Amino acid sequence: MLSILADASSSMFFPPERSTFAGDVDRLFDFIYYLSAFFFVAIVAVMVYFVLRYHRRKGHVETPSASHNEVLEITWSVIPSILVGFIFFYGFTKYLDMREAPENAYEIQVIAKQWSWQFIYPNGADSDELHIPVGQPVRFVLQSSDVLHSFYVPAFRIKMDCVPQRYTSTWVIANETTGEGIEKDAHEPYDLFCAEYCGKDHSRMLAKVYVHEQSDFDLWLEGAANYLEGIPPEEGGEKAFKKKGCTQCHSVEGDNSAKYAGPALNGQWGTERNVIPRGASSPEAVVMDENYIRESVREPNAKVVVGRKPVMPVFTPQLLKDNEINAIIAYLKSLK
Amino acid sequence: MATITPDTQIDIGHNDDPSSNYLTSSRGFLSWAFTLDHKRIGVMYLVGIFSSFFLGGIMALLLRLHLFMPNGLFPEWLVNNDTYNQLFTLHGAIMTFLFIIPSVPAALGNFVLPLMVGAKDVAFPRMNLASFHLWVLGGIFFLIALVTTRLDTGWTFYTPYSIQTSTNVIAATIGAFILGFSSIFTGLNFIVTVNTMRPPGMTWFKMPLFMWATYATAIIQILATPVLGITLLLLMAERILQIGIFNPALGGDPILFQHFFWFYSHPAVYIMILPAMGIISELMSVYSRKPIFGYTFIAYSSIAIALLGFLVWGHHMFVSGQSPMTAVIFSGLTFSVSIPSAIKVFNWLATMYKGNINLATPMCYALSFIFLFSIGGLTGLFLGALATDIHLHDTYFVVAHFHYVMMGGTVIAFVGGLYHWWPKMFGVMYNEMFGRLFCLVVFIGFNLTFLPQFIMGSRGMPRRYATYVPEYQIFHQLSTIGAIVLGLGMVGAVTVLIVSLFKGRKAPANPWGAATLEWTCTSPPPYYNFEHAPAVGSPYDFSDLKYDPQVGGFVKDPEAANKPKTDSHH
Ligand code: HEM
Ligand SMILES: [Cu+2]
Repeated sequence: MLSILADASSSMFFPPERSTFAGDVDRLFDFIYYLSAFFFVAIVAVMVYFVLRYHRRKGHVETPSASHNEVLEITWSVIPSILVGFIFFYGFTKYLDMREAPENAYEIQVIAKQWSWQFIYPNGADSDELHIPVGQPVRFVLQSSDVLHSFYVPAFRIKMDCVPQRYTSTWVIANETTGEGIEKDAHEPYDLFCAEYCGKDHSRMLAKVYVHEQSDFDLWLEGAANYLEGIPPEEGGEKAFKKKGCTQCHSVEGDNSAKYAGPALNGQWGTERNVIPRGASSPEAVVMDENYIRESVREPNAKVVVGRKPVMPVFTPQLLKDNEINAIIAYLKSLK
Repeated sequence: MATITPDTQIDIGHNDDPSSNYLTSSRGFLSWAFTLDHKRIGVMYLVGIFSSFFLGGIMALLLRLHLFMPNGLFPEWLVNNDTYNQLFTLHGAIMTFLFIIPSVPAALGNFVLPLMVGAKDVAFPRMNLASFHLWVLGGIFFLIALVTTRLDTGWTFYTPYSIQTSTNVIAATIGAFILGFSSIFTGLNFIVTVNTMRPPGMTWFKMPLFMWATYATAIIQILATPVLGITLLLLMAERILQIGIFNPALGGDPILFQHFFWFYSHPAVYIMILPAMGIISELMSVYSRKPIFGYTFIAYSSIAIALLGFLVWGHHMFVSGQSPMTAVIFSGLTFSVSIPSAIKVFNWLATMYKGNINLATPMCYALSFIFLFSIGGLTGLFLGALATDIHLHDTYFVVAHFHYVMMGGTVIAFVGGLYHWWPKMFGVMYNEMFGRLFCLVVFIGFNLTFLPQFIMGSRGMPRRYATYVPEYQIFHQLSTIGAIVLGLGMVGAVTVLIVSLFKGRKAPANPWGAATLEWTCTSPPPYYNFEHAPAVGSPYDFSDLKYDPQVGGFVKDPEAANKPKTDSHH
């Protein structure tokens, strides 16, 4: 609580304003807030006064008074109508600004899936955390690979649903960096939430937002595109395995419990496993080799391990490139 | 079609003892389960919805306790993400479909409305009984969903998740479908009763405002509910037959589902709140001993709210990707509904002016309602304005807002109304001191529960989260402590009423000095409600009612004719 009050750039009601819209939204919020507070205090004050003044006590009786009063009633209809009209007007003009991205905006593809986020940048790089440059209009093109999700960054005051089979979009200009350089430790990233209920791990579908100086951003972007370069394949494979969210459903510590939707993957290389091929009714044995892994990623439901549900998402070449699959194969081979 | 008059009722084991009342006129389970008496049906509804409220309330407490810690208070094996999702879904679905929609109209309305028009029963007693039986059947389907594979879609059943989940969506939607019919039957009955059974002299503008409110509600019930029914049927068809209506994988449109769903569910919000406003109008007037201020406006505004309520469903979908133009239109319409509600609040306040305010328990609830409903209504302004809604949508701000309206508004008014009509229903007086005490506990607990949610919501805490980032913990903890206080308060309030059944002093016909017709028959009412058809007067003229200490209640003052009259509403 104290830390909230101590943070000078935020108010009781708001996270810090970190986009160019945020100020406008907060001003409208404050306006409605003070207006409501005024009316609320007035209502309660009148109520309390009447109760104190007119409550039943010995010898007190009601006195006749008008049971309606046109002037009064018109006044208290017209004044709120005008105020409300003003709120409506300001609310929608600001909203229209928030919907129209400038032509030159930098575009990032956002793919929401149960239960993680993936961000794809124009140079082909992708990440599970959002990185954007400061002071630049950035447009997010949103899609979902399964159910409804909603892209929500409180610090920016933006939110938009991700609808399967349809593109939606929103945009922002971040007005402050979250830190310097591209080392994560030097940043205090913002939260990115999923705001539309999407099943089991809805509340764990979080990501962080990093805002960089343009030059840092360019550096980060290049590194992200070539993250497999210059490191041994097993190490790159481990990175890819984590980055693409495989760890959510597969243990690499031999945990085969229901906590993980999929089977554990360590120590499995070259072993035989029982699978049910698509359309078949009886299981058959396959060896865990390069082809089996590649197929399991590209077409997970072609062969489902006995006892597991066909819940693994399909990783298209857009989501997982061939060189990443190669690295992951190297990684899985190395796991004891 | 042969019309059924109350005299043609089959009454099981009716006895003709003049001292008997509707509670004692016949005995045994069957005489209740198949009664055609609106009063007994009302009482059965009361028991039913309170059981649902209790069940939904237990779930609410579990949810809140779990949220005490960012990663959940209970161990994984007891409450994990799946269980949490099922809990909030069933909490929401039970509270909405089984509790709050039938609460005021079907329980209190059923009991009070025919008495208010001085009639022996509603227009279609058999349909009324069917409505209750359907409610039970619908409830059974909810229980089936609860004990089998449960339900985890949220009470909104949004597609495509509701098509994919392995939980029992079918049982729950059949339940909601059946409950829809139950609601339509109640609505139809009220409309016909008010239209055809008013006694001579009770013109539209001499009707008590509670009748106006339930009438307006009934219009929504019969116009909006079929849309929900059809939507749920389509959803079932989609799940079973895999036709592409809402499922994008089959070429369907998930946003279409949202349009259908909110086309019912937004008006449903007014099914919840309008009857509550009707209760408040009665309470403010009776306990201030003043004619209600601005009667005509309150009457018309109920109808206006009912009709405008059909035009604003799109405000639940501002961030669904709908076109900016659509959003702007829905935002504008939304604000238009806020004005009649605001003016009602001013009218209630003005009713107290120069009155003789009796701070009995029902009045304490009415005042509490004004406080809480004002917060609920004013916070709606933040959500109707587009720029702020983008940030607040689907956060705890919304959770707080709708609890202020539904629980702070409807439930509080319902409990106030229950205390008000309790002596009439069961012929006993409850303990005033405890009644007021628990009203206060509920009030404090309520605010402690839901005020912190506004703050955490505007700071970005999304709703329907089983776990959360530690930053929001303090607000969640306050809220959980509040929920415990609130729960104790509600249990206390109900206990006061139950204890009165055994220990309460016998109630006079008119303990509060109210002028509506239900107070002219004995408490509890006889089987056929009235010995003689009551004479219709102004429902808000209290001038000829005088307290008689011997009776312990109000009686007609023989000298009233000579006294100067207080201004009636015309
Ligand atoms: C004891 C009082 C109550 C408490 C402590 C309480 C608490 C909660 C909580 C913690 C949630 C879940 C919020 C989320 O995860 O987003 C919730 C949701 C909800 N509550 Fe309540 N609630 C109470 C009473 C009521 C009442 C009286 C009603 C209606 C009559 C109601 C209707 C709902 C609805 C419709 C939802 C939404 C469910 C959903 O998100 O699908 N609640 N409540
Ligand atoms: Cu999601």
